[in-house]
Amino acid sequence: MGYDAKLRVWRGDDEGGELKDFTVEVNEGEVVLDVIHRLQATQAPDLAVRWNCKAGKCGSCSAEVNGRPRLMCMTRMNTFTEQETVTVTPLRTFPVVRDLVTDVSFNYEKALEMPAFQPPAELKPGEYRMAQVDVERSQEFRKCIECFLCQNTCHVVRDHDENKPAFSGPRMFIRAAELDMHPLDAAENRKEFAQESQGLGMCNITKCCTEVCPEGIHITDNAIIPMKERVVDRKYDPLVWLGSKIFKRAGA
Amino acid sequence: MARAINSEIKAGRGSPHGGIFLDIASRRTPEYIRKRLPSMYHQFKELADVDITAEPMEIGPTCHYVMGGVEVDPDSAAARGSIEGLFAAGEVSGGMHGSNRLGGNSLSDLLVFGRRRAGVGAAEYATKIGERPKVAQSDVDEAVTEALAPFTRDSGENPFALQAELQQNMNDLVGLIRTADELEQAIKRLQELAARVHNAAATGGRAYNPSWHLALDLRNMLLVSECAAKAALMRQESRGGHTRDDFPKMDPVWRKVNLICKLDESGVQVVKQDIPEIPTRLLDLFEIDELHKYMTDEELTRHRDGGSLSDTTAASEGGAVNGVRRETARLARRRRGW
Ligand SMILES: Cc1cc2nc3c(=O)[nH]c(=O)nc-3n(C[C@H](O)[C@H](O)[C@H](O)COP(=O)(O)OP(=O)(O)OC[C@H]3O[C@@H](n4cnc5c(N)ncnc54)[C@H](O)[C@@H]3O)c2cc1C
Ligand code: SF4
Ligand code: SF4
Ligand code: FES
Repeated sequence: MGYDAKLRVWRGDDEGGELKDFTVEVNEGEVVLDVIHRLQATQAPDLAVRWNCKAGKCGSCSAEVNGRPRLMCMTRMNTFTEQETVTVTPLRTFPVVRDLVTDVSFNYEKALEMPAFQPPAELKPGEYRMAQVDVERSQEFRKCIECFLCQNTCHVVRDHDENKPAFSGPRMFIRAAELDMHPLDAAENRKEFAQESQGLGMCNITKCCTEVCPEGIHITDNAIIPMKERVVDRKYDPLVWLGSKIFKRAGA
Repeated sequence: MARAINSEIKAGRGSPHGGIFLDIASRRTPEYIRKRLPSMYHQFKELADVDITAEPMEIGPTCHYVMGGVEVDPDSAAARGSIEGLFAAGEVSGGMHGSNRLGGNSLSDLLVFGRRRAGVGAAEYATKIGERPKVAQSDVDEAVTEALAPFTRDSGENPFALQAELQQNMNDLVGLIRTADELEQAIKRLQELAARVHNAAATGGRAYNPSWHLALDLRNMLLVSECAAKAALMRQESRGGHTRDDFPKMDPVWRKVNLICKLDESGVQVVKQDIPEIPTRLLDLFEIDELHKYMTDEELTRHRDGGSLSDTTAASEGGAVNGVRRETARLARRRRGW
């Protein structure tokens, strides 16, 4: 059942590096992370790779497999042919620490800039009540495992470091949308903040983020587009807004 | 459940990959399964191409939680022993969950003891000591030398191979079902591994180097393994997560002791330590029939219905299973899970 797979792995650090070729045994049912671990255990003990749960739940093992942003632990080896060379490289949008490990601080800095949930003044902890339907509405966004594959993919910042200061990225947009939908959040201006301070306007809804999300969150359709529409709704005359909406529908 | 799975496999009724089949598809609707077990559904689908709403899944027991850990003072979470200023909370601390943690109780443990005990306790300690303790330079030098030692062992062993061996040893001999024979074998093998672990080598540089980290961590893994094996050998009963094939019954006398592991030159020493008596007011919260399984007759004389020694014996022999006890068992079953 097992076979020898051709693996090409990027090795290096913040000063540079290169792709190295390896041949590694693969067994039935294994994922890319298993094979990377076998490579580490048998041929490259100092190969740096970040991982934790091996179950698609912690978001640590993000990398690019054959150029596609993926969780290594959720990428099955049998999705490749036995002859195919599987190339594993670190996330391109963030600075490399070593080998497959990148410094994802950018995302935490953006998270810090995000105004936190604002408790309603009239309620004490323990008195919060939410209707089930409101809980469910934002539940999708709470599935985020912070793998940052969406942030890595988004062309606004991929290969465009100069955009990073002004752009928080899709992961933060779903957080903004979640709080915007939260019936108890006292902050009224989530959309406006996203538009003015988080760079929502730089997003041109290409949906690349949605495509790579391992949790299947409809980042663009359910978070970004509704927020964009409602920002427009608030900013401009309702009739113009209605017109733009009808136009968009017709064109879609 | 884990024990039942194990005995099925042993009896030759296991699944092709050495587990058993769990079938929820025949018991719940696909909508229910997808809604209530979203992660399980997703993982089986993505990783094994198995649709658990339509077919059975292959499962097997695995290590989930460590009940033992650093012995702490229950009120301050300060570690007992010779290291002052060390606080522990969460899975690394021992004793909180007895012999078997119930599902969901780790989260509450972390929240309560993380803040109230270890967090606040450590903060109070730090404010009280006034002057910051000074670290002796010689201690720092020694620690640095020790930390860097794996880089100097040119002919040392591969730490990943050592870890795999250690893991296999613990899985085979200190696993779900234990016997004195196997535990003794395990301890012997651990001693052999110890010498090799002290010769674990790291290659490469000091930045994010897993072989180096593992070479250092192995020493601790070995120590924890030795504690688990030696304590399991000493505890001649079965209780919670600890099953001794050669002592299959739970023994109320053993409930009264904790096993404390200490390190000296010759390795890990295990000593028995009495656990504090349960206050009578807590004992009285239970019906006496619920307690016979867990407590000695002598202890039960302190119970509100305890009476004299002979009375309680009679009650336990009567084997009365009352409604309360059934209810407790039912609740316990419901709460199990992760
Ligand atoms: C699959 C699974 C599912 C579970 N589900 C549940 C559940 O549903 N409900 C529940 O209540 N419990 C559950 N548990 C148990 C619970 O998750 C854990 O007990 C809990 O997360 C432990 O938290 P902790 O903070 O004590 O330790 P950990 O979360 O293990 O944190 C220890 C930290 O220390 C770090 N560390 C280790 N060594 C060093 C070092 N040398 N230097 C610096 N840092 C170091 C580690 O990287 C880690 O971040 C589950 C456990 C598992 C395995
Ligand atoms: S939809 Fe917007 S946020 Fe998502 S990848 Fe495209 S530009 Fe980036
Ligand atoms: S939204 Fe999806 S892709 Fe982005 S960080 Fe969260 S889980 Fe990852
Ligand atoms: S290791 Fe946790 S998501 Fe891959």
